[in-house]
Amino acid sequence: MKNSYANPEDLRWKCHKCDMFLSVGPATLTYMGNTINAQLPVCPQCGFVLVSEELALGKIAEVEQLLEDK
Amino acid sequence: MDQNELRLLESRCIQEEPPECTAACPIHVDVRTFAANVSQEKWEEAWKVLRKAMPFPGILGRICDAPCKERCKRKEAGQAIEIGMLERACVKTQAPKQRIYPLPKKDKTIAIVGSRLSGLTAAWDLARKGYKVTVFDSDSQLGDNLLSMPEEILPHDVVRKELDILFSLGVAAELSSPIGDENFLENLAGRFDAIYLGPDDRDLPFRLTELKGIFSRGFSQYDPKSPVWQAAEGRWAATSMDRFLQKVSQTSGREKEGPFSTRLYTNIDDIPYVPAVKSLNQTSGYTPQEAIKEAGRCLHCECLECVKACSYLEKFGSYPRKYAREIYNNANIVAGRRPANKLINSCSLCGLCEAVCPENFAMQTLCLKARRDMVKKGKMPASAHEFALLDMQFSNSDQFAMALHEPRHESSAYIFFPGCQLCASSPAKVKSVYAHLRETLTGGVGLMLGCCSAPAFWAGEEELFERQFSMWQRKWEDLGRPRIILACSTCYNIFKTYLQEAPIISLWSILDETGLPHDFTGLKDAVPLALHDPCTTRYESHLQTNVRNLLQKMGQPFSELTAKSEYAECCGFGGLMQNANPDLAKTVINRLAGRSSADYVTYCSVCRDNLAGAGKRTVHILDLIFLEDGETDPAARKRPGWSQRQENRLRLKNDLLNELWATESGERIDHAGPVLNISSEAWQVLENRRILVTDLEEVIHQAETSGRKLYNPDSGHFKASLKLYNTTFWVEYIPSDDGFTIYNAYSHRMSVSGKEVQ
Repeated sequence: MKNSYANPEDLRWKCHKCDMFLSVGPATLTYMGNTINAQLPVCPQCGFVLVSEELALGKIAEVEQLLEDK
Repeated sequence: MDQNELRLLESRCIQEEPPECTAACPIHVDVRTFAANVSQEKWEEAWKVLRKAMPFPGILGRICDAPCKERCKRKEAGQAIEIGMLERACVKTQAPKQRIYPLPKKDKTIAIVGSRLSGLTAAWDLARKGYKVTVFDSDSQLGDNLLSMPEEILPHDVVRKELDILFSLGVAAELSSPIGDENFLENLAGRFDAIYLGPDDRDLPFRLTELKGIFSRGFSQYDPKSPVWQAAEGRWAATSMDRFLQKVSQTSGREKEGPFSTRLYTNIDDIPYVPAVKSLNQTSGYTPQEAIKEAGRCLHCECLECVKACSYLEKFGSYPRKYAREIYNNANIVAGRRPANKLINSCSLCGLCEAVCPENFAMQTLCLKARRDMVKKGKMPASAHEFALLDMQFSNSDQFAMALHEPRHESSAYIFFPGCQLCASSPAKVKSVYAHLRETLTGGVGLMLGCCSAPAFWAGEEELFERQFSMWQRKWEDLGRPRIILACSTCYNIFKTYLQEAPIISLWSILDETGLPHDFTGLKDAVPLALHDPCTTRYESHLQTNVRNLLQKMGQPFSELTAKSEYAECCGFGGLMQNANPDLAKTVINRLAGRSSADYVTYCSVCRDNLAGAGKRTVHILDLIFLEDGETDPAARKRPGWSQRQENRLRLKNDLLNELWATESGERIDHAGPVLNISSEAWQVLENRRILVTDLEEVIHQAETSGRKLYNPDSGHFKASLKLYNTTFWVEYIPSDDGFTIYNAYSHRMSVSGKEVQ
């Protein structure tokens, strides 16, 4: 995976709890014992990560399939 | 599966067997490829095909007597392809350039006596193998008999040019030889390591001696007048002499020299009759245009019976022999991607391939074995079957599963097991059928709700299947081992195979035997329907008969689909195809839906719903027998969605317990939770992504109670996520007066986490 997955519209979401707009920050994705580090839209305060529909159905689905077939 | 099992399996797929023409040809010309090239005007390619098998194609191509025609399949739908005439037309075109690369020279010497086609062929083959060959002939030139043929059949310069190739390979000729002399052969035996006496050179006067290293006639069917047989004889002798000189076995691996029988099956049922193209000029033969047209009649014989019948086999672009190898290799990959996972998990396990295959190749056995192997090794992709397995677990949980004697009965002569999907699709019909059975049968008719556990079986989850299915065995025993009435033919197969001690009967047999309900008042304005047999009745012809009887008794006119009975097609649910490969399942159901323009009638609730989901008007036979109040057009009933299917089961159990046993399930039926407003577009998204309303409820509940959610000031929407079982669900929503309006939902399986600022 390339490192950064954040669209400008993803950063229009606010963390409700912290009342802060999301910004691009570090996130960890894990599946079947594999760990991938990426830059995703996250709450700068509590670290809540947004996985956008585009990312979930696109790159993440693709990588899931690859890892499942390994 | 080990290598031997693989080979055995591969050999049962006959797609790669040669066609009749090639098998019949004494030298096995690849006629099918040759004809394909001619029909496409690829003359150079056609030439190359002839060259590959034929010695002297310029000569043999002009005079080949084509014994293959006798076995040409085109004979059964017209006349045999005029293969000999096609060869002639081809070799009259400009020959492509050719370079011959003989093997390194050997020090052995060979004498060929006679220069007819057999001798010349032997010389041709042996020279290419690197032997030092000398041809002896009593005539003053090689190929005298070929040169004496009419010029318009076999031009002299063609013969000379082809023989020049022989000389270019270093073949020597000793012409005007005294081959009739008493001691000629003995002299040769002293000079050469092996000697060939051409059997078509019948004027050779000497008797065959016992001398070692002398070769002559090889084939018992040999026709001395046939040019292609002469070539085959020469080839046989060349192989024998080579083996003799190399000191290897004369016989092993030679079963397929000369004509042999082939197992290739080619279905010509739908092939229209087309007679052979007539040549306007009999002497010169086909013009190129005539040849192209004639070659176009070639059927390009192949089997592919299963591939033609099955969208799944077609989709992966090959045929079972190749698939077997791919699946075998898949299991033996130590590290890296397993490319056949999708192939293995996409099969509906319906067995149609086995039914249509002349050799009964069963793709479903191969795929199921592979799935079990993957599950055992922990290599089954988690996403392939999870949704179906969770649905099965729902069915077999207290939310739906139960087993009770008939109300006010202490024992059961029968137990009705409607199966999970009929309850998911038509809970009202289940109630009607159960009422009818209680009324008709004596001795008590108990009720068992649940799933037979077929999804676990299909997923290759052997342990899970055994665990779940054994629950039914225990419940059946607890109820006093009653006769099990099954409405679903998948359940029927599972119970028949895994609970052999249980007496089982299909609901259709019961209804056929006991007759229609007494309040059945006949069908109003019955329009003819096309009958679809569920694939799970493939080998249960008595069930198929029961259903046909019932339709007749009801006065329901119906037609048969071409894919019926033993050749019934799957709707895409079987084998969990729908889970592992939803796109393929769509292709499959659309194909089935297109088999007839009439509305369908079937007797499997999943077939009914999948057909309805594909826009095909379809009734379940129970819709005809038990018409519900207010139900005017059951064929138009929509396929209930995944969430509805669970809710229908939940409510059915509760309703039945309330209405018949005056008790309650104790399960949550009327959600105390908020109302979810879901637009029809959003519904479609949920269906396609297999997201349940209960999933949405849990996500929203968690977000609203914890406050962990996102807010978008531009749209006013909230977004929240929650990991349930192995999947993280995201829901986009806004609170409304009575609950929440849903805008979108999606899911992923990866776990995602961020870092909290300390």
